[in-house]
Amino acid sequence: MIRSELIQKIADDNPHLYQRDVERIVNTIFEEIINAMARGDRVELRGFGAFSVKKRDARIGRNPRTGEAVEVEEKHVPFFKTGKLLRDRLNGK
Amino acid sequence: MGQKTLTRMDLSEAVFREVGLSRNESADLVESVLNHMSDALVAGEQVKISSFGTFSIRDKAARVGRNPKTGEEVPINPRRVLTFRPSHLMKDRVAAGNKG
Repeated sequence: MIRSELIQKIADDNPHLYQRDVERIVNTIFEEIINAMARGDRVELRGFGAFSVKKRDARIGRNPRTGEAVEVEEKHVPFFKTGKLLRDRLNGK
Repeated sequence: MGQKTLTRMDLSEAVFREVGLSRNESADLVESVLNHMSDALVAGEQVKISSFGTFSIRDKAARVGRNPKTGEEVPINPRRVLTFRPSHLMKDRVAAGNKG
């Protein structure tokens, strides 16, 4: 399923809404999650999962082509942990 | 870093501000988005949200695990797990927002 198919499903469920509003609603939800993580916040959606930010320490990496050592700065990466309910549903419980 | 935790309520508040719907209907729409995504995943489908990320299902084979406390061997059944791969845009924005 891709973004446009998700939007279509929501539009089909809500015939009283304009398609362009459904698009704005779906986009707002994903945008809000990214904004939260960009601030370093967590987004916890019980039953579905939680989005959080993990810190990766600075390290000495290596250029795989030349074998040269390069400093890699500390950085923050997005992380998702599946919620219990969804994990159980994936396994037919 | 912020370290606040947002919930469904914050997402529906954002929807409420963005589109002129009631708070109730905004909350229902957030729920409906999560439900449609969950249903697709449970059906074994990949969910690919452009400029956000991709949720995919992976099959894990059965293996023998160990109870770390007793050392006892326990069988771990085959199972399906969900992985999320963030888009470049998400990675870039999260990295930039949390820098320094």
